[in-house]
Amino acid sequence: MKTYDMAELAVRNLRESILRNSLTTVGISVGVASLVAMLSLGIGLQQLAGRRLQKSGLFDTVVVTSRRDLRGFNREQEENGPAPAESPALNESARQQIAQLPNVLEAYPDIRFVTELRYEDKPYLTMMAGLPFSAKNNDAFDGMQGSFFSSDTAPEVILQKSFAAQLLGKTPKAGSEEERVTELAKPLLGKQLTMKYAERTATPATDTAGKEEASSANSGGGNNPAGTGYSVVSREATLKIVGVCDLDPDSMRGQARARIFLPLKLAQNLHVIQPSDLRDTTNMANGTPAYTTVEVHVKSPTQVQAVEDAIKKMGFNTFSIVDATRSLRQFFAVLDLFLGIFGSLALAVASIGIINTLVMAILERRREIGIMKAIGASDGDVKGLFFAEAGVMGIFGGFVGVALGWAIGRVINLGTNVYLKRQHFPPEQIWFVPWWLVLGAIAFAIVVSLLSGLYPASRAARLDPVQALRYE
Amino acid sequence: MPPAESSLKNSIAIRTENLCRHYRMGDALIRAVDGISVQVAPGEFVALLGTSGSGKSSLLNLVAGLDRPTSGTVVVQKSDLAKLSRAELAKYRLHTVGMVFQSFNLIPSMNLLENVELPLRFAEVDRDKREGLARQALDRVGLSARLRHRPTELSGGEQQRASLARALINQPQFLLADEPTGNLDSQTGKEIMNFIREFNETLGMTIIMVTHERTLAERYASRMIFLADGKLVGDQSNVVSSASGQIHGGGL
Repeated sequence: MKTYDMAELAVRNLRESILRNSLTTVGISVGVASLVAMLSLGIGLQQLAGRRLQKSGLFDTVVVTSRRDLRGFNREQEENGPAPAESPALNESARQQIAQLPNVLEAYPDIRFVTELRYEDKPYLTMMAGLPFSAKNNDAFDGMQGSFFSSDTAPEVILQKSFAAQLLGKTPKAGSEEERVTELAKPLLGKQLTMKYAERTATPATDTAGKEEASSANSGGGNNPAGTGYSVVSREATLKIVGVCDLDPDSMRGQARARIFLPLKLAQNLHVIQPSDLRDTTNMANGTPAYTTVEVHVKSPTQVQAVEDAIKKMGFNTFSIVDATRSLRQFFAVLDLFLGIFGSLALAVASIGIINTLVMAILERRREIGIMKAIGASDGDVKGLFFAEAGVMGIFGGFVGVALGWAIGRVINLGTNVYLKRQHFPPEQIWFVPWWLVLGAIAFAIVVSLLSGLYPASRAARLDPVQALRYE
Repeated sequence: MPPAESSLKNSIAIRTENLCRHYRMGDALIRAVDGISVQVAPGEFVALLGTSGSGKSSLLNLVAGLDRPTSGTVVVQKSDLAKLSRAELAKYRLHTVGMVFQSFNLIPSMNLLENVELPLRFAEVDRDKREGLARQALDRVGLSARLRHRPTELSGGEQQRASLARALINQPQFLLADEPTGNLDSQTGKEIMNFIREFNETLGMTIIMVTHERTLAERYASRMIFLADGKLVGDQSNVVSSASGQIHGGGL
């Protein structure tokens, strides 16, 4: 029999006992739906965690420090590597070398300094940090009000939320609701700030005021800066507030430690004195500044280890927390597996339903099978017909099930967001149905149905026509 | 003798040799067919006669390829049915023989057109050709007004006519009928028998009909084979006047 005819006959046979076959199909649908709902929640949660981690910027970042910097993150490394005094300096040429490594997206120096800002004639002392222009596309700045820097050298700043509140004279009280970024941004955007900073210049000069400010941020303050190849000049710059961001100042993300950001190139060009300058004075009279830390962005977390190894070979200290992602991904793989198993269990029950329905159908349709064989149906025709019936139930069950599962996931998502809203959290997408899950679930439903049809179909095919026709 | 037989006198359409079909039912061995050797020429109209349990239906099932012999051979058109695979046997049932039954055996969930079309589906005939052929076949048995009716909406005679149309649809050389008038009143039975005779005479089909009514056999069949306890107990030719169905003579 031709496949089309087989399918057509299968559909009409299914319609003959519509109630029973519908119930069986509903069984499959529920199985598929639970599978889809479970897996879409698992995937959604994984993506949510992934987004959160991405926001932290931790897992694709390698922090590079010089071995000379004895404040490094990893003590063991410092003990095992070459002596600090013999290790290379973390300067611009080292940064460029690191940026050339395979799988490195960018490497930029971490420029930060404590400085005084004046806003409406009131002074504020705060930590400033340079922000690479690539951060524009970073979702860490989701929910930012205003706009990103217009260029990498524009005299513009982005404020961190709590600093914005401070500028407006609003101090958040414990237990009270946090100020909304939108409210904070309104009076500040477009306003001017005056920054006082200490410039490091190669020409000799004396400006003790700037030097004092610079050394206040220096933890290795025991060094004596006198008699060096550079001098420190106090300068002022006017900066425009272009944005207020919602970044958590206490997160581990490097830039987040600062409360106000300015474009990285601008920060570099200002030659603000860095804490490391003090130590580098001993062997760096050529005017090339060394960096305290260089942040390296790697294409994906999986390549972090390789990049880290390469940088270590260059003689620097590195730090990343890639191991944390590995265990996290493992956790989600196990979670998905378990959710999938629970979902599949429902489908397994549904497949028993299919077997039952088809075996019952054989008993009921014994005579019909006998007739078909008597008028020339082959074993294959009969088998194919029952197989097709199982397949058609699988197709319908799969499609309805995916729709149902999608709906269930949506309802759960909606419920969660209602709850989150009550708890004053922003809404989150905790449920995600990728296209492969849709196709996979439908395919899975069909395969399970066909497997369930295997036994009934071969049983129907083996039926002896003489006995089947005798059966009344 | 019918003209079809005389022209093909020397050829053999069906030949059985020491054909046996034994069943085991509990401890008892049922010899449904027990050593039957018989030859049927093309175009013959054979009536298989005997009481119930004489083995006539079992013999018909063996010739129809629905059942396999325990021993012996049944050769139809030079192919030994016992040696055919299940798939080949299905093909044989599809193309070589057409069957009608006492209880009509139409599929209740299908209308007449679909029922008659069903063997064409198994024969993988194209969709657009199928309906025309089925209509033609139903037209031949006078059911062109009942195409969309389901079997349960029809009288017994109409159902049997539909099953005749189904048996003819793949143009088989053999029509095997198992008590085709058993469930019909005599008038309707006569109608059916006239159709069968027409197929025999105009299409040259070889007919084997199981019946327990001797008068029916005498009126229509060209040859009568008598069975008892699975054994052949009589074989006689029968001269029939095609117009009136009167008996002109006997023999053997």
